[in-house]
Amino acid sequence: MTNSINEIKNCDFLFVIGSNTTETHPIISLEMRKALGNGATLVVADPRKTEIAELANVHVALKPGANIPLLNTMCNVIIAEGLYDKEFVANRTEGFEELRLGVANFTPENYAGIIGAPAETIREIARGFAKAKNAAIFYTMGITQHTTGTHNVLAVANLSMLTGQIGKPSSGVNPLRGQNNVQGACDMGALPNVFPGYQAVTDPANVEKFSKTWGMQQSSKVGLTVGEMMDAAHNGELKALYILGENPMLSDPDITHVEHALEKLEFLVVQDLFLTETAMLADVVLPGASFAEKDGTFSNTERRVQRVRKAVEPVAGKADWEVIAEILTGMGFPHKYCSASDVFDEMAKVTPQYAGMSFARLDEGSLQWPCPTPDHAGTKYLHQGKFSRGLGKFSAVDFEPPAELPDAEYPFVLNTGRRLYHYHTGTMTRRARGLSIIYGEESIEINPADACKLGVCEGDQLKVSSRRGSITIKANVTDRVPQGMVFTSFHFAEAAVNFLTNSACDPIAKIPELKVCAVKIEKVS
Amino acid sequence: MADITLQINGQKVTVPAGTTVLEAAVQMGIDIPTFCHDPELSKPGACRICVVEIKGLRNLPPSCVTTVTEGMEVETESEAVVNARRTIIDLLLANHPQDCMTCQKFGDCKLADYAYRYGVRTTTFIGDKTDFPPDESSAVLSRDMNKCILCGKCVRVCAEIVGRNVYDFTSRGFTTKVAPALDVGLGELDESHCVSCGSCVAVCPVGAIVEKNMKGKARPWEVKKVKTTCPYCGCGCNFDLNVKDGKVIGVTSNPTAEVNGRHLCVKGRFGYDFIHSSDRLTRPLIKKDDDFIEVSWEEALRYVVSRLKDIKEKNGSEAMGVLSSARCTNEENYLMNKMARVAFGTNNIDHCARL
Ligand code: SF4
Ligand code: SF4
Ligand code: SF4
Ligand code: FES
Repeated sequence: MTNSINEIKNCDFLFVIGSNTTETHPIISLEMRKALGNGATLVVADPRKTEIAELANVHVALKPGANIPLLNTMCNVIIAEGLYDKEFVANRTEGFEELRLGVANFTPENYAGIIGAPAETIREIARGFAKAKNAAIFYTMGITQHTTGTHNVLAVANLSMLTGQIGKPSSGVNPLRGQNNVQGACDMGALPNVFPGYQAVTDPANVEKFSKTWGMQQSSKVGLTVGEMMDAAHNGELKALYILGENPMLSDPDITHVEHALEKLEFLVVQDLFLTETAMLADVVLPGASFAEKDGTFSNTERRVQRVRKAVEPVAGKADWEVIAEILTGMGFPHKYCSASDVFDEMAKVTPQYAGMSFARLDEGSLQWPCPTPDHAGTKYLHQGKFSRGLGKFSAVDFEPPAELPDAEYPFVLNTGRRLYHYHTGTMTRRARGLSIIYGEESIEINPADACKLGVCEGDQLKVSSRRGSITIKANVTDRVPQGMVFTSFHFAEAAVNFLTNSACDPIAKIPELKVCAVKIEKVS
Repeated sequence: MADITLQINGQKVTVPAGTTVLEAAVQMGIDIPTFCHDPELSKPGACRICVVEIKGLRNLPPSCVTTVTEGMEVETESEAVVNARRTIIDLLLANHPQDCMTCQKFGDCKLADYAYRYGVRTTTFIGDKTDFPPDESSAVLSRDMNKCILCGKCVRVCAEIVGRNVYDFTSRGFTTKVAPALDVGLGELDESHCVSCGSCVAVCPVGAIVEKNMKGKARPWEVKKVKTTCPYCGCGCNFDLNVKDGKVIGVTSNPTAEVNGRHLCVKGRFGYDFIHSSDRLTRPLIKKDDDFIEVSWEEALRYVVSRLKDIKEKNGSEAMGVLSSARCTNEENYLMNKMARVAFGTNNIDHCARL
């Protein structure tokens, strides 16, 4: 997020696109409610009638994959009506001409049908967003999990820069990060193209720096993403894989492919709390420690670094960081740490955004990065006065439909996401008694009109199939989903929706298109 | 705004205009009892336990809704004040089950604390007591409305913060109680619309709403509270893990949490059973002929290291990969980054940021 969570209540225009906030980020949704109570306007663009959509002043029931048309038409209206922030565009951005040409054809009239909203509504939203004192955009996987994910994000950035709605309190671009420490994992360099602190591996200066600090020649070759590692394992190029606390056998698209890939590995190590679907395939399983059993830090979606504190002894005797340090040492690279705080200090030395932080400081209170020096108070919102790259760059992006659209054989769009009561692959939440009582069985949302056509009633078992596999799951007949779409989560192994999803990826960020694939539905008698 | 100077218990204090007497007292470290007041919620000024004596006023105004005026002279524990508070507590006890011994809230209850503080041992009023059946329908909360003192905080927190409007006051007079609309059970989620977030537990001053999973597990003074960060979503809520005898027995709000204050969602507050789940892995496993064999840490690590070294030697760094975790700590992710880049010698490292 470029803003902080506690700035949300002072937004006067919230544009939520592709985020089921009340279920996926419940506490952030409370702040959005405060903003509404203060008189803010809320616009939600989502194919489903989610709870946040019901709270909205305007709900655009966006057709699947129509993010770019919506964002581009908004830019079109704002430019055509002269509502853009001329001063901001002149002083802080470049490429305006490119954007102007790029969106010239995106009139609301041309795209209303593709977007699924009347042209006048699109104009209204665009005007409201441009004229608001503090407008902020919030998005989640509804923007990123598409084959055009990177372009979608650029389109979001265009809108915010065009209107100068960024780099101020309560105004900016706010991707709501899904998992507790996905921000931190990225910050720490658990990515194939960057060292810790987003320092590109392709930059020779970085390679030299890290080679020196770590005492080991670093490679300037960008590594493989999860999906590419699966492919490489599949064709025998990747031989050994070490998986910490992830369960790709449920979370990744096209499970059958993942399973074949993992089976072909010569050596698979999985470190996890439980014998997960993925751990079952491992050669060695190392017991992990839960968050309650170790010290450390998590970085939340607003870049806030907070302490994780050990409350009980590790069930299996070792915290994960100790295990990893022992393996590093065993492989000939001595790593001796007395505490997680030692690891943090070493990390802070090579990660500029964290350089001013230490456990001692974090014990007094959390800090938001960038926090470059020990006397720096941290950063509440990004891009004040200047973008990280200097001038903000507009990029014209064109509309491309999702990779797999419904056809005669597979007439429904399958959309996937999360539920309030569970998390990710359910390894933790499904072991919580209360949560299992409240939400113990998964179902698939189907519109009443579609259910009627198929003769399906609430609770009927459905066989849902795509070109990649099929699952059996209970029907939940509801108008939360539009006609032609079905929706479910990936929390439940017994209805593993990722047997169906498409691993077609965004060519740049390599994010699979989990929000759209074509399925057919049959009633199981 | 202009500043106002007043006196509380003979001590001078200067506060901005618009401050309440209660807020001014809190600033000075003076403890005035409250039931219905909550700084985050609207102020009904209903319970009157917070009354104070103000020179020149005949009645005793509730301090939580009385704003300061220049030169005001306030007494927070005068005889008249103490007598008024005693009467209120006496009346509350008249219709309160006196089963503190087995109450989950024992030791952390405002009613009991104030009864103790003002020496109200038993009630002097004799009459009927309400006899509502307990509501055990929720999977996570137990409600006993016989213990409710009608402070209304659960009603307000659910409406004003959580935005669900689950509770309301039903009926009137002696049979007044707080309940979901049409008096359905809280756990009938389709009708009650409760999202089981437990914000109502966090504000209830007595034992009328308690966490089901913590009932009978520990007394407040036996519990070690460890502030930590939620392992689920990216909001980054903080809360206290409640630990007894080396086991996590529950989660309670920590008001100093910077992101979320006392509020959490159902996962953060009630999603911790997995920690002591009986199917946790406790020993390393090595697969031999398709079966997993339990081994010691030494053996497992020695084996892992030797296989990884072998494969690296034979096939080179590019044949190795690491999947790190968005669920693990920064420290662990940093070390995984070193496992890939230093020990394996490759940039083949990723995690499921994209999912
Ligand atoms: S648990 Fe949450 S939603 Fe349910 S009644 Fe309490 S405050 Fe309201
Ligand atoms: S249940 Fe608790 S919070 Fe709600 S009105 Fe009764 S005493 Fe107050
Ligand atoms: S308590 Fe709920 S909202 Fe808060 S971090 Fe945990 S999962 Fe997210
Ligand atoms: S606390 Fe002031 S009236 Fe209830």
